[in-house]
Amino acid sequence: MNAWLRQHARAAAQGARRLAVLNALVIGIALALPAAGYALLESLRALAARASLEPQISVFLPGEAKRADADALAARLRADPRVAHLRFVPREQALKELGAVQGVQELVGALGRNPLPDAFVVDAAADSIEPLAADLARLPGVAHVQADALWARRLASLARLGRLALSLVAGLLGAALVAVTFNTIRLQILTQREEIEVSKLIGATDAFVRRPFYYTGFLQGVAGGLIALLLVGLALGLLNREVRLLAESYGSGFRFSFLNGADAATVVLLAGALGWLGAHLSVSRHLRVIGQ
Amino acid sequence: MVSFSAVAKRYPGGQEALKDVSFALGAGELAFLTGRSGAGKSTVLKLIPAIERPSAGTVLVGGQNVGALRRPALPYLRRNIGLVFQDQKLLYDRSVYDNVMLPLAFSSHAPREAARRVRAALDKVSLLEREKANPIELSGGEQQRVAIARAVVNRPALLIADEPTANLDADSARRILDIFVEFQRVGVTVLIATHDEALVAQYGARLLRLEAGRVQ
Repeated sequence: MNAWLRQHARAAAQGARRLAVLNALVIGIALALPAAGYALLESLRALAARASLEPQISVFLPGEAKRADADALAARLRADPRVAHLRFVPREQALKELGAVQGVQELVGALGRNPLPDAFVVDAAADSIEPLAADLARLPGVAHVQADALWARRLASLARLGRLALSLVAGLLGAALVAVTFNTIRLQILTQREEIEVSKLIGATDAFVRRPFYYTGFLQGVAGGLIALLLVGLALGLLNREVRLLAESYGSGFRFSFLNGADAATVVLLAGALGWLGAHLSVSRHLRVIGQ
Repeated sequence: MVSFSAVAKRYPGGQEALKDVSFALGAGELAFLTGRSGAGKSTVLKLIPAIERPSAGTVLVGGQNVGALRRPALPYLRRNIGLVFQDQKLLYDRSVYDNVMLPLAFSSHAPREAARRVRAALDKVSLLEREKANPIELSGGEQQRVAIARAVVNRPALLIADEPTANLDADSARRILDIFVEFQRVGVTVLIATHDEALVAQYGARLLRLEAGRVQ
């Protein structure tokens, strides 16, 4: 092993020995908040993106409409070039589909009469969904028009807002991480003061004296990042138990998913980098005054 | 090896420690720097590894003007100088062995070679059997010998000691000085500051008397 590697191995070992478990825990808890927020938002964004890819419009007829009204409307819809595909859902079928959803069956049985209207499901040609929905709403014999893409868009803009808030929180907690590391290293420098002083007097370079502190800062950040991921995993596991029940009642398999590999690695490395930064600031400020 | 020419040192408070110090120490020479307390002996010694810088004049060590050295160059100068401090500066949170190992941590020796050197240095000061002890358990004379072992473990060409016999009884003091003489015999240049002229007179070595900021 060459001398350079040996010095780094020594500094890393020394840095790891000085690692404070409680500090890593504090950092981990602080980082878990933005990391969990990110995981939640990413899951919601994926859901919104999938929904907005299906340019579907539901056109509901009034409850009292006759089958002949429906046929007349179907002819007008087919004449519109923006309608790519049309599917008629008679009210009896809609009730049957609703009854198939778990948990709703009893409700349907209790209704007595069918409250659902006839409906058309319109697949719109690309990019025309909003003007088309507006036009369809004005047609005679149409009670209500619902474009699924709209709520998906609202969800997406909510998610954007959430991401902004999340960036602010992440920024603040990142600064807290730097501050925690800064202070940890400051205390360590104070307790190692004699050793540092003697080492400098007998020929230690500044780099040699600083190196273990950089490793401590970096490793503490990395440990904090790993703890944060662990906490996020546990929290999402708990959350998903409830989410699964809720999603199934909507006939959806939605789950909050854990950070993907690249994002998880980013959390850990970013935490390490911030720890390094805190160590750097602390070492630059506090080591200068020790020894000549 | 070491040469002072017209060196003055004024501390920031205005106190003038050295006025005009000139002397030269040849390679392999042993000299005692004497003078009463406060004569500036420590200042002379601190100028050599550039712990202090001269206010005027030049200090040459191995031909290098150390007063003009830039900060990043200092560690490499100091690795070639063995320093025994007045207050020893041993670390009490580790064993004698680890204290002596300290200078080898930042020079690039393989672990086995480093261990061999530490044992050799401890052997020279007859403390090999105390390597696992904490320095706090040792007597004053033994602690001084640990400090010497740490100073010589890197095999420096120049060895400097500040009052190494202060607070020691006559026997221990003589034992310490004998160790320095041993190093001089194998070619190391040795400079020792002491206020005890009577003790060092018996060694017949060169005396540099510091008085009123000058070497007489």
